Amino acid sequence: MNWLQRLFPRRRMEIDLDKELRFHFESHVADKMLSGMSESEARRLARLEFGGIEQIKEDCRETWGTMWLESLVQDVRFGARLLVKNPGFTAVAVLTLALGICGNTAIFSVLNGVLLNPLPFPHPEQLVSVHESKPNFDQGAISYPNFLDWRWNNRSFSAMAVGRRWSFSMTGRGDAEQVSANFISSGYFAILGVRPLLGREFTQDEDQPGALPVAMIAEGLWRRKFDGAQGILGQTITLDGKSYSIIGVVPAALHLNIPGFREQDVYAPIPQWGNNILMERGAGLGFHGIARLRPGVTIAQARADMDRVTRNLSAVYPESDRGVGASLVPLKDQVVGNSRQFLLVLLAAVGFVLLIACVNVASLLMARSAARAREFAVRSALGASRRRVVRQLLSESLLLGMAGGALGLIPTIWGTQAALKSLPAAVPRAIEIGVDWRVLAFTLIISLAAGVLFGLAPAWKTSQPDANRALKEGGRGTSGAHSGVLRSFVVAEMAIALVLLTGAALMVRSLMKLWNVDPGFNPQNVLTFSISTPPTMAQASLDATRAIYRDMSARFASINEVEALSRTWGAVPMAEEDDQLFWIDGQPKPANNRDMGSVFDYIVDPDYLRVMQIPLLRGRFLTPQDDEHAPLVTVVDEVFARKYFPGQDPIGKRIHLVYNSGRTAEIVGIVAHVKQWGLDSDDNQSLRAGYYLPCTQASDDFLAGMRSGTGFVLRYKGLPQHILESLRTVNKQMSSEQVLFGEQTMDSIVSDTMATRRFAMILLGSFATLALLLACVGIYGVMAYLVSERTQELGIRMALGAKRSDVLLLVFTDGARLAAMGATIGTVGAIGLTRLMRQLLFNVSPTDPVVIAAVCMLLMMVALAACFVPARRAASVEPILALRTE
Amino acid sequence: MKKTDDTFDLPQGTLDLLIMRVVALGPIHGYAMVQRIQQMSHETLQVQQGSLYPALHRLEYKKLLTSSWRQSETGRDAKYYELTAKGRAHLRTETENWKRLTDMVGLILKGTLEGIS
Repeated sequence: MNWLQRLFPRRRMEIDLDKELRFHFESHVADKMLSGMSESEARRLARLEFGGIEQIKEDCRETWGTMWLESLVQDVRFGARLLVKNPGFTAVAVLTLALGICGNTAIFSVLNGVLLNPLPFPHPEQLVSVHESKPNFDQGAISYPNFLDWRWNNRSFSAMAVGRRWSFSMTGRGDAEQVSANFISSGYFAILGVRPLLGREFTQDEDQPGALPVAMIAEGLWRRKFDGAQGILGQTITLDGKSYSIIGVVPAALHLNIPGFREQDVYAPIPQWGNNILMERGAGLGFHGIARLRPGVTIAQARADMDRVTRNLSAVYPESDRGVGASLVPLKDQVVGNSRQFLLVLLAAVGFVLLIACVNVASLLMARSAARAREFAVRSALGASRRRVVRQLLSESLLLGMAGGALGLIPTIWGTQAALKSLPAAVPRAIEIGVDWRVLAFTLIISLAAGVLFGLAPAWKTSQPDANRALKEGGRGTSGAHSGVLRSFVVAEMAIALVLLTGAALMVRSLMKLWNVDPGFNPQNVLTFSISTPPTMAQASLDATRAIYRDMSARFASINEVEALSRTWGAVPMAEEDDQLFWIDGQPKPANNRDMGSVFDYIVDPDYLRVMQIPLLRGRFLTPQDDEHAPLVTVVDEVFARKYFPGQDPIGKRIHLVYNSGRTAEIVGIVAHVKQWGLDSDDNQSLRAGYYLPCTQASDDFLAGMRSGTGFVLRYKGLPQHILESLRTVNKQMSSEQVLFGEQTMDSIVSDTMATRRFAMILLGSFATLALLLACVGIYGVMAYLVSERTQELGIRMALGAKRSDVLLLVFTDGARLAAMGATIGTVGAIGLTRLMRQLLFNVSPTDPVVIAAVCMLLMMVALAACFVPARRAASVEPILALRTE
Repeated sequence: MKKTDDTFDLPQGTLDLLIMRVVALGPIHGYAMVQRIQQMSHETLQVQQGSLYPALHRLEYKKLLTSSWRQSETGRDAKYYELTAKGRAHLRTETENWKRLTDMVGLILKGTLEGIS
């Protein structure tokens, strides 16, 4: 036995069988010759007694238990030949399936990349993201002193670190440019398990105030600006006018995007930030953390541990830490966010599309198998068992399924990434999505499942062993047996399509409602951008700083297309958050931060109201006269007024600003509320009040912090590209080291807040359209088939006096009845299933009667339209011709 | 195939039993089995050679028999069959069953046929 035979046991068995039978035969011949026969006579007799050798061999093979495989190969080969012989049928079936499978594979690959794949870090299950829970914020920013105490006092984590996003102006290497940055505490990368490509991470010493400035840079920046030079370590880069020595290079493809951290150009230790209130225990300052659980410690234990730590802190620092806790979220949950439900809804939707595709192919097979009824009758008359016939039909449908799967996989491999790139804000971890073995396995399984699904009913029905009748009926086929199944297919298709349409319609309605929500300002023709000032400005006096900004604003405002312009420090609607604490003058100062008033602070120029077109309700807005020499004034929004001065006139009242050198401000006006949290969730938040302070009256500390740059909003005429060009030109004229960055239209900021919902709507909408289309084709096909089956009946009816309109009505009624049944079942299904997508909806009930009624109407109309051609064909039947085909 | 009056074809289902009984006597190849069965039945049982081999392969597939290639008495390689442990147990119970069955059938068929037809 050689290796080949060992590989193919089947071949060895054949050889052995032949040898065994030959031995028997030869022995028989030899015995006969011994008894005196001639050799030829002996052979002849032996062959007679032995019987046909091939027949015996075949009987032996039957017992080997590998027969099923062989007949499978036979079935597949036969099926393939049949499919090739019917290219039209095959193409339609495979394409239909490919459509369904392609959608499923695509959505599954997204789901796989986002939900199933572990995060690309060692022991990702130990990673948690850390926030400060406090009044108004479940996952608020951690104050730096609190972080230091948490890190020191906890017993659950092997390490903890925080980070905060930033943006530096990098000078001294070609044109000044804005680089994205993260301030991070030492050990951040070690916690993730990311090793620097070159060099090392910050040490704890470098993490202390007063340490020499060091920085790590990203691989991308290293290659772009330093040509990937190996000698980069120890060189310096100038960031915001300060020179940092480079100690490490962070590898690219660090796909992490969480509060406080994302892949950036530069990483620097936190004390280098130089923020005056860094050590204020009550100030959040945008820090969020990560931590690695010690082996064996559960997140519940860690939570209990952190409860102990934060309770102790609030006992020691009641003023700032009363009501402050730590909020721990498994890192993966943090990254994935609330996309789970959204993705599952999409997968379910696209699964329904596949179901419709299956039903369509099943009805195609059914109609075809009716025509093949004679073939199978002949087969079973010749002794094929029912199982054998079903198996052959199933092999055909499995072949179709596999072909559809293979074809459907192709667009997924190339298309999914392309599609995701066009909608970056819609799903997290988008860059990690791809085709891996799980996706391939999924495709294989659904292809096979689809094959069984759409093949089983036709196979079962076709193989019904009523050979007699089939043979007797001649070529006419067995219409009665099939039409019942076909009708139920139509009903199923209508029902499934209705569920999908309802889901899509609910999304459309949600988005329409969202678009109609008044954000409180007019985002059209508003542009936001940031300016990073030249490094020389770091040394400017406060008066000089004011003068420089006044000049900068004047220059930008003088551009033709600019209608109004304002600086923005602090919060920007839907884009940047900043909140402050205050208490009302005349009331005792609250003992701790939790009891203070909490408010979004917008620090702006007098023209802000014109830029944003926020209505002024009472009093006045800020004016140019509210400058550094005038008494501090503030304008509050209506929510502020209602919440803190219910039933009173707030104008003329004064409030104490906690982080504004303890100054008090007089309220001079009330403006309309702006939905800082976005269009959908603002109304449900506890922190909504806002106030406006003039940039010109910012405290000295604050102004010093704003020397490195400022944000702007402006209202423009014409196209955003044109205004941007003008802005860049003016910016360049001021200083070559001054960088304009972060330009974004307010419109896009608003619509980004709806990205996930829009993504869901687009996908659900296209799935529903596809489903409707497939269902239409299905209904048309089935009705056409049923009409052609009934040609004789219709001919007889007409010969007996039925009018053409009667026949038309007959077919329409038939179609309408099926559609109505499908719509009814679908409505019940929709009411049950759309509840699962509640989280995606906005101000629409999942069982919105208007939506369901509209969708039912649409479906009925489409179904009747699909019946039109078959109905007309039925009405045009010539009685004589119909009867003659008998 | 011509048949004389004093030879039988095997009733359905008894071939397996006979094969196992013959194999139980020691390793044996197919051709010898045919001869042995004829010999043991005093030349009255005619084994259909065409059904012997499928039966052997079926028994082997059921793991009642095992086989190996050995040199036969004539010097050629032949496939020898042996009973497995499972085959031996099976033979025992089947022999019991057969005896009980023939006893009962014999009981019922006792007496002459006179007066019946």
